[in-house]
Amino acid sequence: MSRPVSDHGASGYRTSIAQAPIDPAAVLALVGDPADGAVLLFLGTVRDNADGRHVGGLRYEAYQEMAEDELNRITEEAVRRLGTDRVAVVHRVGDVSVGEVSVAIAVSSPHRAEAYQASRFIIEEIKKRLPVWKHERYEDGEAVWVQGQALEPTEGAR
Amino acid sequence: MQVCTLFFATYRDALGTGTLDVDLPEGATVGELVRRLRSRGTPFDRLPEVPAVAINRSMVRGDAPLAHGDEIAFLPPVAGG
Repeated sequence: MSRPVSDHGASGYRTSIAQAPIDPAAVLALVGDPADGAVLLFLGTVRDNADGRHVGGLRYEAYQEMAEDELNRITEEAVRRLGTDRVAVVHRVGDVSVGEVSVAIAVSSPHRAEAYQASRFIIEEIKKRLPVWKHERYEDGEAVWVQGQALEPTEGAR
Repeated sequence: MQVCTLFFATYRDALGTGTLDVDLPEGATVGELVRRLRSRGTPFDRLPEVPAVAINRSMVRGDAPLAHGDEIAFLPPVAGG
């Protein structure tokens, strides 16, 4: 996994847009500290159904370079709110089967409230901001791009 | 000047290509790029009039000015997570 910023301690979080299957235990192992009393792991998984149709699997496509940048920006914002840099986020791209993990978010913090807040913030911002698209395959053979959320211009953008 | 445009997901499928170099007059904006592309007709008129656009990996507004060598990405509504 890439180490996005400095070794100054303030930015020790990890993020990755990954082609390979996600190992939840490995993501969890990236966080945690003797000073922490809460360790939280969120996993998003691929459902076998959507709008009453049976889903056979899906493919995530990403604007890879921007997705890496945006995931770092989202995680940095969470770190700033949380006050701890013990955060690891991995989003899968490529073909993903039903039941497999599409996103993993691990957070540890001294107390549980910050960990829950940070984890929730990161998944909601991923859904709003990450340049990733979902191509869903149904059992009847049809496959469609899932209708998503429109991206917004960044504050103070060019 | 020349910019490199990128198309993803539904846009790439509609256009049949994921990347296209476009020549533009100096000082052109994102909006002007979109108008010029759409005026090429089918299939480019399938791009929205006001699409979400990133310049060099950052989201911008439609009046954002372009510079030679910019990477302009057309981003359909996203569905990660």
